[in-house]
Amino acid sequence: MKLEPLGDSAVVATLEGQVDAALLARVTGLARAIGASAARGIMDVVPAYSSVTVFYDPLHVAEPGDDAYARVCGVIESCAAQAAAGPEPEGRLVEIPVCYGGLHGPDLDHVAAQCGLTQAEVVALHWGASYLVHAIGFTPGFPYLGGLPAQLSTPRRDRPREKVAPGSVGIGGSQTGVYPLASPGGWQIIGCTPLALFDARREHAALLAPGDRVLFKPITQAQFESWK
Amino acid sequence: MEVKVHKAAMRTTVQDLGRRGFLSQGVPIGGAMDPFALRVANLMVGNGENAPGLEILLSGPELEFGRDCWIAACGARFENIPAWRPLRVAAGERIRFGERIEGCRCYLAISGGIRADRVLGGAGTYLRGGFGGFHGRALRDGDVLVVADALRVPTDHWGIDERMLPKYSKEGLVRVVEGSHAADFGDNFYAGRYRVTPRSDRMGIRLEGHRLERSAAAQLLSSAVAPGTVQVPPDGDPIVLMADAQTLGGYPRAAHVVTVDLPLMAQLAPGDWMRFAKIGLAEAHGILKTQHRQLGLLRQGVAAKMRSA
Repeated sequence: MKLEPLGDSAVVATLEGQVDAALLARVTGLARAIGASAARGIMDVVPAYSSVTVFYDPLHVAEPGDDAYARVCGVIESCAAQAAAGPEPEGRLVEIPVCYGGLHGPDLDHVAAQCGLTQAEVVALHWGASYLVHAIGFTPGFPYLGGLPAQLSTPRRDRPREKVAPGSVGIGGSQTGVYPLASPGGWQIIGCTPLALFDARREHAALLAPGDRVLFKPITQAQFESWK
Repeated sequence: MEVKVHKAAMRTTVQDLGRRGFLSQGVPIGGAMDPFALRVANLMVGNGENAPGLEILLSGPELEFGRDCWIAACGARFENIPAWRPLRVAAGERIRFGERIEGCRCYLAISGGIRADRVLGGAGTYLRGGFGGFHGRALRDGDVLVVADALRVPTDHWGIDERMLPKYSKEGLVRVVEGSHAADFGDNFYAGRYRVTPRSDRMGIRLEGHRLERSAAAQLLSSAVAPGTVQVPPDGDPIVLMADAQTLGGYPRAAHVVTVDLPLMAQLAPGDWMRFAKIGLAEAHGILKTQHRQLGLLRQGVAAKMRSA
C-alpha cells in the first residue's frame, strides 16, 4: 500500500495489484474499515478502482502540535491491518431494468453497425454480461462499470449530445454506464432505465456503491412507461 | 422577511459552506467558492458562519428588502456597496450593486440567513445536480428570497482589521503543495504565468497561456480529486478544480492549491493572471491554523459588537 497526500486535506492509499474483483474487495474493505473507525476529523472516504482517498480536517484530526498527515496515515494503516484480518466484503447484486433501442436507445443501430452485429445481438450481449461497480463519481451516482463484452466496444460520439436523458445506458469505448442525471454526454446511448440511479431525497442517494454487481434486464416500452 | 430580486445579474446563487460525507456517492462538496468571505460576511451580521448567503459572480444584483435588516458584502468589491463591513438596510430599501472594482465573487450575508433548500446536509446550490439553495438553480429576475428571523444584530457600523483581509490581485500568487505527478511537469509548472479563461466555472478554473508537457505517457486509473487539485489534461492547459468539482478524475495532478489560498483562486476573474508557488504540507497546515486563530479572534470581537434582535 502506498500513501501520499492529495493536497493539504486528503491522503490517497493506493493498493497494489491488477484491477479486478479481488482488488476491489480489498479497496471497499479498507474504505469500510476507515468509515467504521469513526476517527476524529475524518470527513469523507472515497474508494475507486485501486485507491481509497481519505479526506480530513487538518484543524481537527490531530492534537495541537501533532502532524495531521501522519495521524491520518496511521489511521489508514491500522484500518488496513484490521480489514485484511476480517472477511472480504460482499457487494450487493442489483438488477437494472433497461428498455433497449427505439426512442430510449437512439445509438443502438450505430453500435450494431460498428460492431458488425444485429441490434438484437448487441442487446443480448449487453444484458447477458455481469458488471462490477469499480467506482462512483464523475457526476452524482454515476457508476464506473467493468465487464463490458469486448465485442461491444464502440468509440464515443464525434459530437457529444448537449443533453442526455437521466437513466440513459451508454457505451463509451470499452466502458458501459448509466447517466444518473440529465447532462451532456458523448457515449453511445443504447437504452434507458426507469430506475433513479441518484435521488438526493433518498437516504442512500446513489443507487449503487463500489463493489456492487450489476445485471441489466431488458424490459419493453410498455413496462418502462408503467414502471413505478 | 422577504427579499425581492429585481435584477438577478449574471449568476447569483445561494451558497453555504458545503456538504460533507457524500463524496463517495459522487456528490461534490460545493458551497461558497470563497468560504472565507462568506464566513466573515455571516459573522458581521450576527449569523452562524454556515448560514446561506448569496454568491454573486462578476455583476451585482438589485435587491429590495422587506424589513429593516443588516447586510454585509465580502469578497469582490463593487461600487455603491462598501465591502467587509455591516450595513444597515431599511424596510423597502433597494440596493443596487454598481461596477465591479476588484475580485470575482462577492458574498452577501443578510441578518437571519436566507432560507434555502437543505439537501444532503448542505444548503448550497449545486447547479449541475439541480438541487440545494434556491430550487437548485441560479436566481432569476422576480424571484423572492425568504430570510429567517435574526437572533442577533450588530450594534453599530464598524469595520474589520484590514490586515486580516486577503489581498486580491490581477497577478495572483497562489500557493500549492505538490501533486502525485509533479515530477512529470518539473519546475516548468512554476515558471508559467497563467491567465484565467472565461470558460471557468464553479467546477474548475481553466487556465491558459503556458501549456505544460507531460514527460510520462501512462494512462491513469480514476481516483479522487478535490477542490484545489490542479489537473493537466492532454492539451496541456491546467484546470484548477473548485467547489463543484467532479469527485473522481483521471488526469495527472501537477499540484494542489492549499486550502487557505482557494479564496484567492476564487477571486481571480477571467483575464486575470496568476502563478503558482510551492510550499510544504506542514507549512500549508501552519497557515491554515494561523487563519483559524484569526477567525477565532474575529468571532470574539464580533460577539462583543452584537445585541439580541
